[in-house]
Amino acid sequence: MKDQTHKSQFVILDLPPKPENLHVPGPYTRSPSLSPQLNPAAEPVSVTIDGKEVKVPAGTLLIEAAKQAGIEIPSYCYYPGLTLQGACRMCLVAIEKMPKLQTACTTVVAKGMVVHTETEEVKNARKAMLEFLLTNHPLDCPVCDKGGECELQDAVFRYGAAETRFMEPKLHHEERKFSSLVYYDWPRCILCYRCVRVCDEGLDVNAYGIGFRGAHSEIIPNRGEKLECEECGMCIDVCPVGALTSGTYRYKTRPWEMTYSGTICNHCGDGCKTTLSVRNNEIVRANNRDHSGFNGEFLCVKGRFGWDFVNSDQRLTAPLIRKNGKQESGTWEEALGVVADRLNDVLKQHGPASVAVIGSNRTTNEENYLLGRLTRTVLGTNNLDHHRTADYGSLVRALTEVKATDRYATIQNIYEAPSILVVGNDPTHQHPLVAYQIRQAVRQHNAHLYLLNSREIKLQRQATHSVTVRTSGEPDAIRALAGIQAPHAGLVVGGTGDFDSFREGLLEESDTVIIFGDEIRGKDVADLVRWGLALPGRTRFVALGDYANSRGAADMGLLPDVLPGYLPLPEQAARERFEAAWQFRIPTEPGRDIRSILQGAQSGEIKALLVFGSNPVKTFHLPKEQLSKLAFLMVAELFPTETAEAADVVLPATSFAEKSGTVTNSCGQVQVLKKPMRKAGTRSDLEILLALAGRLGHKWAYQSSDDVLREIIAQVPGYAIALPNLLIGRAVATQPAGTPPELASADLIFSSRDSLFTSGTLSRYSWALNSVDEAKRPHGHIF
Amino acid sequence: MPGYDNPMGNSPLEVKVISKRFALPNSASLDVYLQHDGYQALKKALATKPEDVINEVKNSGLRGRGGAGFNTGMKWSFVPKQSAKLKYVVCNADESEPGTCKDRPLMEYDPHQLIEGIIISGYAIQAHQGFIYVRGEYRYLLEIVDRALAEAYARGYLGKNLLGSGFDFDLCTHTGAGAYECGEETALLNSLEGLRGYPRIKPPFPAVLGLYGGPTVINNVETLSNIPHIILNGAGWYAKLGSPKNGGTRLFCLSGHISRPGIYELPMGFPLRRMIEEVGGGVPRGKRLKAVIPGGSSCPVLTAEEIDVAMDYDSVAKIGSMLGSGGVVIMDEDTCMVKVAGRIMRFYAHESCGWCIPCREGTSWLKRLLERFHSGGALPDDPDTALDVAYNILGKTLCPLGDAAAMPTISILQKFRHEFEEHLKLGYCPYEKKAVSVA
Repeated sequence: MKDQTHKSQFVILDLPPKPENLHVPGPYTRSPSLSPQLNPAAEPVSVTIDGKEVKVPAGTLLIEAAKQAGIEIPSYCYYPGLTLQGACRMCLVAIEKMPKLQTACTTVVAKGMVVHTETEEVKNARKAMLEFLLTNHPLDCPVCDKGGECELQDAVFRYGAAETRFMEPKLHHEERKFSSLVYYDWPRCILCYRCVRVCDEGLDVNAYGIGFRGAHSEIIPNRGEKLECEECGMCIDVCPVGALTSGTYRYKTRPWEMTYSGTICNHCGDGCKTTLSVRNNEIVRANNRDHSGFNGEFLCVKGRFGWDFVNSDQRLTAPLIRKNGKQESGTWEEALGVVADRLNDVLKQHGPASVAVIGSNRTTNEENYLLGRLTRTVLGTNNLDHHRTADYGSLVRALTEVKATDRYATIQNIYEAPSILVVGNDPTHQHPLVAYQIRQAVRQHNAHLYLLNSREIKLQRQATHSVTVRTSGEPDAIRALAGIQAPHAGLVVGGTGDFDSFREGLLEESDTVIIFGDEIRGKDVADLVRWGLALPGRTRFVALGDYANSRGAADMGLLPDVLPGYLPLPEQAARERFEAAWQFRIPTEPGRDIRSILQGAQSGEIKALLVFGSNPVKTFHLPKEQLSKLAFLMVAELFPTETAEAADVVLPATSFAEKSGTVTNSCGQVQVLKKPMRKAGTRSDLEILLALAGRLGHKWAYQSSDDVLREIIAQVPGYAIALPNLLIGRAVATQPAGTPPELASADLIFSSRDSLFTSGTLSRYSWALNSVDEAKRPHGHIF
Repeated sequence: MPGYDNPMGNSPLEVKVISKRFALPNSASLDVYLQHDGYQALKKALATKPEDVINEVKNSGLRGRGGAGFNTGMKWSFVPKQSAKLKYVVCNADESEPGTCKDRPLMEYDPHQLIEGIIISGYAIQAHQGFIYVRGEYRYLLEIVDRALAEAYARGYLGKNLLGSGFDFDLCTHTGAGAYECGEETALLNSLEGLRGYPRIKPPFPAVLGLYGGPTVINNVETLSNIPHIILNGAGWYAKLGSPKNGGTRLFCLSGHISRPGIYELPMGFPLRRMIEEVGGGVPRGKRLKAVIPGGSSCPVLTAEEIDVAMDYDSVAKIGSMLGSGGVVIMDEDTCMVKVAGRIMRFYAHESCGWCIPCREGTSWLKRLLERFHSGGALPDDPDTALDVAYNILGKTLCPLGDAAAMPTISILQKFRHEFEEHLKLGYCPYEKKAVSVA
């Protein structure tokens, strides 16, 4: 409504009754016309561009049609997936029968359109636009981060607007620090508004606006002087010039001085492809400008900036061996010798049941597979577990029982889904890519989002229906939805509507993707799956686990009662399969789960504990002395964590950036890690496992992680994936089938509830993640 | 209003239609309006079919008085009859074209005429909500219009079931925040919606997809003020007032070097020479005429030799300029045209919204170039560069502001090139008789 404040200086009038009478619709954002809408149902349209005829779906923009004809029309403000601007005027083309040049980015193709993109008039217009852009541009390319990969540089190079007639003094504003990770250099900015749109439309954060007018227009934070946002750095990524620069990368290097390796982010369970840019054996940047991988260019703050733990000074680079109560540096030979000797002692004195192993949520599938082999064969025990953050076992079991193992959803399925149900979890914080895919599905395809949660989460802004239940009420709500039990009073505490409209809404949808967090586990998963499969269409499922290879750890059987591929350990056939592969007997009795292992450590039943890439002291909030009764504790770690501090031997392990292998994301999609660098003094968990097995008298034939992967493909049910697909960088979906034993206890499954700025223990060692103001705010803060 | 002079001129050559009530005492009040045919047209319109109202306006030859000169009835007929979204009528009272001040008296002296026009246009397209978007600087007018709206609500000319017809119509004002750009219809819509006043991509045009995504008619204050007269007296009567295809009269705002500046209501097609010499009393102090801006600063200037032209849209367009918004600016022989070009460009550089590159960078460049040129820093390449830069803006921007900035510059550079050469030769402005050292 109109601002009434100016009235104070004038006579007060009897104003007409405006607010009540206004015929104005409710909350309104952008004009829908500003997003291109393809119409695949209509007949394809045929247009001629530079003499080439091309047939495209009705509703296609001319600039996209030209791409299909192999013709590149330059543009800055046009960005696929974002609303149209028509602002940069770079894409002006000549269309026959139109009086003026037209912008290809806003023109929808029409039948029989004849377009010219390289006439003198068009080329001169492009040159003119570039000349305009360069008038106030500082041309500080020699020191600009973007130099060498700048879209403005490229266009000037191509269209040659090298000489300027501009004789006036250039306008200048000082550089501004928007946050510790984002800097804004006004003179370089060409005002394409990509940053404004990606923040608003892509991230739903809307941190950017535009200040001032005309030639003095500038990008400004919408709230105060600094950015208040998710610090994802997407604005830096989409910036065509060096106006927005990264706090971790600026003035460090030139793009041509780095080597680039596409690998997989090691933080959450979404499995974003990220390209690590490495210079002098040090990561200086991560982004995904080549749009490879299912995340396109999307990366969250952890993916884009949170890799810097790899470069941390606190990395362990030499084995630590406890001597006279103090950890002292030693050689690898010495450390591995101590581990083998002490393990042999314990095994001899107390038997295999007194040894236990805790695995990691971040190590590769190959390492997890070998860890299982080492534990079950070399150590002869099934006391093997990891911090489980989602109940993958119950999902596999439930889908296998009803022969619906083709119903695992992939990340792409979420984006394409006409309807999405999210039960529990807060994807915005815990699974940024999943949240991004959901938002894009809603924004671009009008997907319907149903939210069932006991917390207020940011995705509610996109929700068609949302129901907020009381704390830990999600399982009850699932039973109520499924009609197994009536919802009891006080279950629903908020949301957009009642339970019935929520259920009825879902019953009218089809092909729903159901995403659930750690709130749903054990039998509740079975209830959810049974009810979900009864919904119309092909319902698909995703269980959200916390870390990069949480899913892989379960798939590879880092569990006391489950063998790789969710084969139940108590079944003889399952054991025989791996006994044949490993040429060794597997103990028949299921081992201890992780809580029981930690309890055993305290009670003295567990004498030796091996921990790989995990920090149970922190995760399980153990008192410091809990592990002190152990006769031997070995930890393979990157950092001196609480658990490592208690260890007798600490082996410095490599990070994700220093090893090769595969990881499996929450959706069960396997992707390859590439090794762009080395870290002196460290060894990968795989190397450690091979060395340990050797020292303990087992001859394994693996030469590299590739050999292990080949064995996984051959042996693990559901992992029979085509190797070429994997090696060319695709995310290969797996569809495990198996009937693992039912979940023994619900408290084995719990998420760490990481925020956008935390990632278990790792994030503590990241300067970037701790430098932003938002990280200091209470968890769950919504921007 | 206290502090403001009456801007109305007075000439026997005037044909007073929309300004006929201006001289009445207390002309802005509803009572005075009712005594002088007030709301009679509304009664008549509500008794006919909406499409008949549109046809009547179409046949009257009324063309948009904001500057573009599009047939008003035609514009209304583009609004779809059936629409899932609400339809709106928006009155563009963001009068900011330099040299133009005609909407001001229309709102100040006869707001009910405007309100009646808006209601009729609302009825014609079957919209039930109207907005009057008043420029931020016109706050005192806002009170007058708001008071008139309150009166109209109180007497049942606005609100539910107007005059027992069953037609509902609500109307309110909304202020701009001081941006010329918001006079452009789609930028106005953005501003009205609470967004930044940036223009939208066209098509879709507002008649199909406008305010809040609904079909919207946007008309100038003067355009809408004509509607009651067309309805009351008929399309034929109105068309005959003007010249072919240019119905009615219009308010011309004479300013600059003229003996009797002011706003005059003259029939469309009135000769420009007579307008200057007879209506305005000619150039004062016996000076000779140098140039005329025929319709606000956006229009290409006319030289003294070009003023034998009928002031209607088609005739002015034929000689390469525009009738625009009716702001006639007269300049005498002592005027420095380089300074004029620089001054006009300063306005556009200040008002460019910054959305698209050619206008944002081009106007700022030209402003600095022309001001430097005028103040003694002229370089030989400057006139050619300026002309080329102006052509690089022309026709390449998202909204017409770029064209509006480029056209006057181009015309001055072409028609008064010799003045640029003089500056170059002398190193100072010959018209200000001020020597400025050349660096």
